[in-house]
Amino acid sequence: MKEIRWHGRGGNGAFTAARLLGLAASVYGGHYAQAFPSFGPERRGAPVLGFTRIDDVVITDHSQIVDCDCVIVLDETLIDVADVLKGLRPDGVMVSNSSRSEVEFRKTFDCAGVKNLVLLDGTSIALDVLQSPIVNTVMLGAAVAAADLVDIGDAERAIGDLMPKALAGKNKDALRTAYKKVKAMSKT
Amino acid sequence: MPHDGKNQSGVQEQGGGGCAALSVCQGKAERTGSERAHNQFLSGNEAAAEGVRLCRPQVIAAYPITPQTTLVERLSEFVAERAFPCKYLLVESEHSAMAAVMGAAMMGSRVFTATSSQGLLYMCEMLSYVSGSRYPIVLVNANRATATPWNIFGDQRDSVAMRDSGWIQFYVESGQESLDTIIQAYRVAEHPEVSTPVMVNIDGFTLTHTYDLVNIPGQEAVDAFLPPLKTANRLSLENPRSLSINIGPDYHLESRYQEQKAFQAAEKVIAQTDEDFARKFGRKYYGMAERYRCEDAECVLAVMGSVAGTVRTVVDRLRTEGKRVGMIKVRCLRPFPRALFAAQEAPCKALGVLDRNISFGYEGALYTEARAAMYRPGASIRTLNFIAGLGGRDISRSDIALMFEKLARLAGGSFEEELQYIGLRWS
Repeated sequence: MKEIRWHGRGGNGAFTAARLLGLAASVYGGHYAQAFPSFGPERRGAPVLGFTRIDDVVITDHSQIVDCDCVIVLDETLIDVADVLKGLRPDGVMVSNSSRSEVEFRKTFDCAGVKNLVLLDGTSIALDVLQSPIVNTVMLGAAVAAADLVDIGDAERAIGDLMPKALAGKNKDALRTAYKKVKAMSKT
Repeated sequence: MPHDGKNQSGVQEQGGGGCAALSVCQGKAERTGSERAHNQFLSGNEAAAEGVRLCRPQVIAAYPITPQTTLVERLSEFVAERAFPCKYLLVESEHSAMAAVMGAAMMGSRVFTATSSQGLLYMCEMLSYVSGSRYPIVLVNANRATATPWNIFGDQRDSVAMRDSGWIQFYVESGQESLDTIIQAYRVAEHPEVSTPVMVNIDGFTLTHTYDLVNIPGQEAVDAFLPPLKTANRLSLENPRSLSINIGPDYHLESRYQEQKAFQAAEKVIAQTDEDFARKFGRKYYGMAERYRCEDAECVLAVMGSVAGTVRTVVDRLRTEGKRVGMIKVRCLRPFPRALFAAQEAPCKALGVLDRNISFGYEGALYTEARAAMYRPGASIRTLNFIAGLGGRDISRSDIALMFEKLARLAGGSFEEELQYIGLRWS
């Protein structure tokens, strides 16, 4: 079972990303998935969480996710206010939206325990492709590339299914752009 | 995302090109009369709404309350899209919601409403009007703590407090079971020997707001399983009769006797309905209660609701370590699966009951029921009651493993405090 935690701020679409990933893995990918938000009231701008579980067998576990294989941070300013590395498994992957280099990022934030760190300037991609600083589909593309979570085509199909037509096309582009950039990084 | 919503608007679209707020368009194109079974990735509330849609209620009256809101929102979208012919009433309170659907039920309509927590408590007065008058109404309750302390998160003190309202009570484990149980609930409620309302309880947030792969049956299959409601218990000029009457001391006992008989009949009808459902749709829930890996189990944990799914994973893991453990998933609190508990015997040495409620001055409600059902002189099975998961507190796999450890110690002859609070910050 893969367990994934999303860190965002209310209005960022972190839970939408968690849900898109689950939809891609289950309805389109033929696996089983579960997605849930941090339960309770939500305020715009406040730190929020999204969770996704993916497995090849039915998922019956309804407890909270503690340990995870992948942590995705939509806004790097959260690293100062939320324990984003909590429960990240030793071989897990941290994917963060950041314009910093890895050296600078590691100097700025305490993430010494993170072996697999993937950074992507998601905000630039979002501004460029979506003309809006909403990075959830961008970071979904990055995470799918970094941690092989689902087939990228299934993630596209999930966006087509869940979003209204006017938004789906651009968001698929954003997803692809981020996916290719991260894949290219891992080749170099 | 959910706020204690008196005024949550339904679909919101985000400005700009992003998609932080979701527009709900998933599967919309597929919603036609001749739709076939298909899979969707749905929240428990959305799955429940699909179940309700497939049952074609003619009248829905609802008042929104967290964490039920997205269920009734989705239903209002269905009705607006004319997915099925239905009159949807947004009423001013839960009391009115139940009064409105009762009025429609008096005309022989199939009806639906949903609520949660304080909403259910506010509806309380109407619950016994409906059950005493024997209208086959189906209600979904999104289980949530009752105030005060104010808390919008999940536990089962709301529905447990309504145990004696005269409603059949189901508790479910997953979004899929929510959908399936709603279909079963109408068939049970409308069975002529039962003619009793049914409350389907779905754990707040843990189920209502968790997305999962859900199979949505085809409309034709559901229509064949659940034909339109036919009842003589209705107002009719051709067949005039009095409904919701008053009965003095002369016949009040007899009226209650009939309700009790209906619940006894429901035991068989629930089991039969589940078997018929399994034949038609390929999913089985074992009627009033399921025994999971109990055959040779020395330690058994009985639970209600979504935590059953988590317990399953712990039982499976402990089994790989050679521990003889099992689970009883109680699906109905009323009628209560007394026979199943009464039949508990060796090799079972210890039975634990996990309650997401507490009856102050005594113990967890399910524990009381289970122990009373198991009682016989000289009985050797020892019992423990675990109070956990109140007001949305997570019940982790290690919490459950700890409960099995305590049961194993009890089975081995050690003393254990009978009433235990799991994860209590102070003692």
